Amino acid sequence: MAVEGLPELASVHWRPLVDERSLNRRGALWTATTAAHVVPFVGAGAVLFAVEPLALPVTLVSFAHAWVIPELYAHRGATVVKPKRPRAGARAETVSVGLLGDLVGHEARELHTQTGLVLERAALGAWLVGPAGALLVRPGGRRVHCYCVRVNDPELPTGDRIAHLLLALRADERGFATVANLAFSGARWRVRRRLHPAVRPALDAAARAARALDRRDSG
Amino acid sequence: MSRLIRMDHSGHTTLAEWTADDPGAVDAAVRAFRAELDQGYFGMVSTGEGHAEQVRELPLDAELVIMRLPISGG
Repeated sequence: MAVEGLPELASVHWRPLVDERSLNRRGALWTATTAAHVVPFVGAGAVLFAVEPLALPVTLVSFAHAWVIPELYAHRGATVVKPKRPRAGARAETVSVGLLGDLVGHEARELHTQTGLVLERAALGAWLVGPAGALLVRPGGRRVHCYCVRVNDPELPTGDRIAHLLLALRADERGFATVANLAFSGARWRVRRRLHPAVRPALDAAARAARALDRRDSG
Repeated sequence: MSRLIRMDHSGHTTLAEWTADDPGAVDAAVRAFRAELDQGYFGMVSTGEGHAEQVRELPLDAELVIMRLPISGG
């Protein structure tokens, strides 16, 4: 007998189930929040300089704030897939990666070997699943949602931790996105800049997959 | 030969193997599956590329049944 929806949804029963509309709304909200941080600092700095050119240092500090705050948000998003040293032994890691390899195709297996992330195409976009988080690249490839989500056993080998998330994602994508905590949503280039260099090729591959999804949806 | 495995600290552990025409092995697999459910694991079966399903009963015709732990937002 199959189960409808992730059982983990019971632990976040107050959250509405994520769908296309809610993802677009969350994305727009994040953009508005970023603008609300940037515009006042840039505006105040510019006005100050116009009124009193000698206040240039204060203007520069104001511009720096406008730059740093969005960067910190993007950094928080990129951190969800930051590579970490495995806690399990080498043999357990090898065994777990073997099982993960059985669950995914050749392309995803190669990308995982290279970057530590698994690419999964789904209805809401192209997912990159890591041991303690996932990135969702929306169709078109321009926006990325960064999620903190993990299995509640940090001692598991990384392949198993990814497999846990992958199986949950495949069983109920909307439920998976609902259970996960959104750490950041914004432009792909902003996230990419803050990613560990080893992980960037995975985001590039996901963007290509997301663009293909967009063409398929609009075709 | 079907397999029931649990993802754990060793990578994974094979809990049971069975074929539909071996009632003893099927019984052992069903018992092992239920014991894992009682421990808080969920049974998962792949249902084609990019799709999986959670199951409450051991699907005897599945090639591979994987037991996973709950996930949560970090």
